[in-house]
Amino acid sequence: MTSQATNPGPAATPQLELRGIVKQYPGTLANDDIDLTVMPGEVHALLGENGAGKSTLVKIIYGVVQADAGEIHWNGERLNISNPAQARHLGIGMVFQHFNLFDTLTVAENIALCVEDSRDLAKLAEQVSAVSERYGLPIDPRRHVHTLSVGERQRVEIIRCLLQNPKLLIMDEPTSVLTPQEVEVLFQTLRRLAGEGCSILYISHKLDEIKELCERATVLRGGKVTATCDPRRETPKSLAEMMIGSELPVCQNVDGGDRGEVCLEVDGLSLPADDPFGTELTEIHLNIRGGEIVGIAGVAGNGQKELLQALSGEMKATHANDIRIAGTPAGHLPPGHRRGEGLAFVPEERLGRGAVPEMSMSDNTLLTTYQKDMVRSGFIQFDRIDEYCKTVVDDFNVVCAGNHAEARSLSGGNLQKFIIGREILLGPKLLILAHPTWGVDVGAATLIRQAIIDLRNKGTAVLVVSEDLEELFEISDRIAVISNGRLSPARRTGDTDVEEVGRWMAGMFDTAGSGEGHHAA
Amino acid sequence: MQLRLEPRAMPSKWLRYSSPLIALALTLVFGVILFSALGQNPAVALYTFFIRPIGTLYGLSELCIKAAPLLLCAVGLAIGFRGNVWNIGAEGQLTMGAICGGGLALAFYGDEGPWLLPLMIVGGGLGGMAWGAIPAFLKTRFNANEILTSLMLTYVAIQVLGYLVHGPWRDPEGFNFPETRLFGEDALLPVLIEGTRFHFGVVLAVLAAMIGWVFVTRTFAGFQIKVVGQAMAAANYAGYSGNRVVWTGFLIGGGLAGLAGLGEVAGPMGQLNPTISPGYGFAAIIVAFLGRLHPAGVLLASLLMALMYLGGESLQMNLNLPLAITGVFQGTLLFFVLASDVFIRFRVKLVHNVPRTAP
Repeated sequence: MTSQATNPGPAATPQLELRGIVKQYPGTLANDDIDLTVMPGEVHALLGENGAGKSTLVKIIYGVVQADAGEIHWNGERLNISNPAQARHLGIGMVFQHFNLFDTLTVAENIALCVEDSRDLAKLAEQVSAVSERYGLPIDPRRHVHTLSVGERQRVEIIRCLLQNPKLLIMDEPTSVLTPQEVEVLFQTLRRLAGEGCSILYISHKLDEIKELCERATVLRGGKVTATCDPRRETPKSLAEMMIGSELPVCQNVDGGDRGEVCLEVDGLSLPADDPFGTELTEIHLNIRGGEIVGIAGVAGNGQKELLQALSGEMKATHANDIRIAGTPAGHLPPGHRRGEGLAFVPEERLGRGAVPEMSMSDNTLLTTYQKDMVRSGFIQFDRIDEYCKTVVDDFNVVCAGNHAEARSLSGGNLQKFIIGREILLGPKLLILAHPTWGVDVGAATLIRQAIIDLRNKGTAVLVVSEDLEELFEISDRIAVISNGRLSPARRTGDTDVEEVGRWMAGMFDTAGSGEGHHAA
Repeated sequence: MQLRLEPRAMPSKWLRYSSPLIALALTLVFGVILFSALGQNPAVALYTFFIRPIGTLYGLSELCIKAAPLLLCAVGLAIGFRGNVWNIGAEGQLTMGAICGGGLALAFYGDEGPWLLPLMIVGGGLGGMAWGAIPAFLKTRFNANEILTSLMLTYVAIQVLGYLVHGPWRDPEGFNFPETRLFGEDALLPVLIEGTRFHFGVVLAVLAAMIGWVFVTRTFAGFQIKVVGQAMAAANYAGYSGNRVVWTGFLIGGGLAGLAGLGEVAGPMGQLNPTISPGYGFAAIIVAFLGRLHPAGVLLASLLMALMYLGGESLQMNLNLPLAITGVFQGTLLFFVLASDVFIRFRVKLVHNVPRTAP
């Protein structure tokens, strides 16, 4: 950070200034009269919950969508940004949350695709090396993208922007795919860039990151600017209040410590990858008892998807005994039979997997509750389904237009509450959840975590796979880490910390260790 | 500048159900233009096409017996289509049902009793099912595309029929015409209305539509088909078997098409000849979509489609217009149904300065 950035003189021209930006989508007013000013060399946070209008706003800045009303001033000059090419030409770079890289091409080739006049790959590779050295972003330009970790892929995206000498770099939720150690490195890079005069617009809902990195924050709620502040002078509590409009709720985690029978045993599960860019699972061991929450952390794409599919039955294990649910060998059982053994499952994708988008809430209730006396001699018992559906909606505060509302008409958080409620009310022996609060607003996330804890206290075994370390530390009794298709031993949450889990996320653990796999970096 | 389709946030539910009516209205407008271009008075021509054929009791009964095979095939196809089982071979399954059911009539010729007709009905259904089972097996075992296999098997079935009526099953007293004997009295579907050809097969078809309605709206098996059709990932997650849906779709579709074939040979025809169906199995695909893949809608759509067959003949007889008009009308109607569906779910937007989406 430089003094020039923190104390811009009164005469300084903002790098970017938005005035009265309005964007109306069918059914929602995504941006409602938004003002935003970013000074040169400033790290500016755009803070808000999902659906607050952050993404729409940056898409307007990057020229992906056009505002319905309002003005954009760039370096004091009013202009229209009508497409991303023009935005890049002005000096606006953007690193998306989901990367746009071709797996089968090398780093240099990927970068060449979007840098103008870059026919000379060797020269470009040199430039890439130079930039990567200068900003502490080590990357080999000759490597193929599919061999890179997610953190490395993000570096490629950042380097791609830096090669164009941006004056404003937009980062959309950049840390959601990084280990804590990688986050530190990223922050150093961003501070360095800001020191050289590049403005950074940093989008996140993680309050501690914003406090650490940013000098100013614009807070959005429901499409409107609710506050502009200096996050370093705020507390996470006050920031959360600006963001969600009320106090940050917390959940009550009282662990009685009662453990029951082993409900899930994974015993040396190995699975070859089903597609060339998938992850192979190697020798996975895991036991979960009733009344226990085990969390699995890890950077996305390290085998979570494959492990979850093997557990749910959507992919069959090699041996029937690789997976035992409540003592029954289940490795070869299809998903319906595993449900019969007491498994309930909350998948990562809500629309299209956890729920059928164009079906009603009632029909989506039947989707997984069909073994609970909802079907008699082949006929659907509609009154019983409606009753169950209503209980889920009431118990889990699902906001919807009734049992006949289509699943796709619900917001992400409400649909997730519905799916989790539906699975919890089945009274499972084992509940597996994938990314339970991903993309869910703070209020819903707290309710979901509380429901998971309450279920644990009733004696259910719970497995939570998540990328959100904070969440895992909050609710898990034990934590394991998946990295490159291998699962670390599960440590008691109290006996480990973010540092250690972060090292494990980078693959530095020993699976052979008997529960105490412990390797220094 | 270019045109782009954008999904509507809330497609009107009312419009979604009425889109077949909108399509019908547009088809009528098209008809006016077409007949004017052909030098006919459009009012007279449309009257001849749509009203005149059903002006009498006999005409109405003809409408019903044309609608019956369409209804049977389309109800079966609609159940499969709901689960993304693309059975295009109802025409072949219909032919195979006619061969199996009709074969029984010939096998027991001169040696029959009241048991023969029920046996033929079962035989016709099983014949169609067996023919539908082949693409189902190829799909579930080898992942062979069922659109291709079921379509190709249609031509195989028609060749088998041709071989039988030209060869082993030809009527010995039939002056070498390629057709079988006329079936005996016990092998014919009873005529229910004196002075018409309204036969028991029509009742069977309506019954099938009613059972189909119960199946798709009330049973768990029907629900599973719908889930597989709308979201395969959700079906896998919930533990529904996609293969089972393929089998269900083909067996029901094939069985009902087989019944339709039997209804033709044991009904108005009373024998087997090389052309049992004027493309009922293919027209039923249009009927299924026109009826929104719902048995009640399919019932109405099959009546409309049957009217088009009669209307085409009526135009030919009264105004000397070619029979191909029927095909033109069927195609136009399907075109407008699909088009109005698109415009109900999407809106057209004029886009200036198309932005490049890649960052």
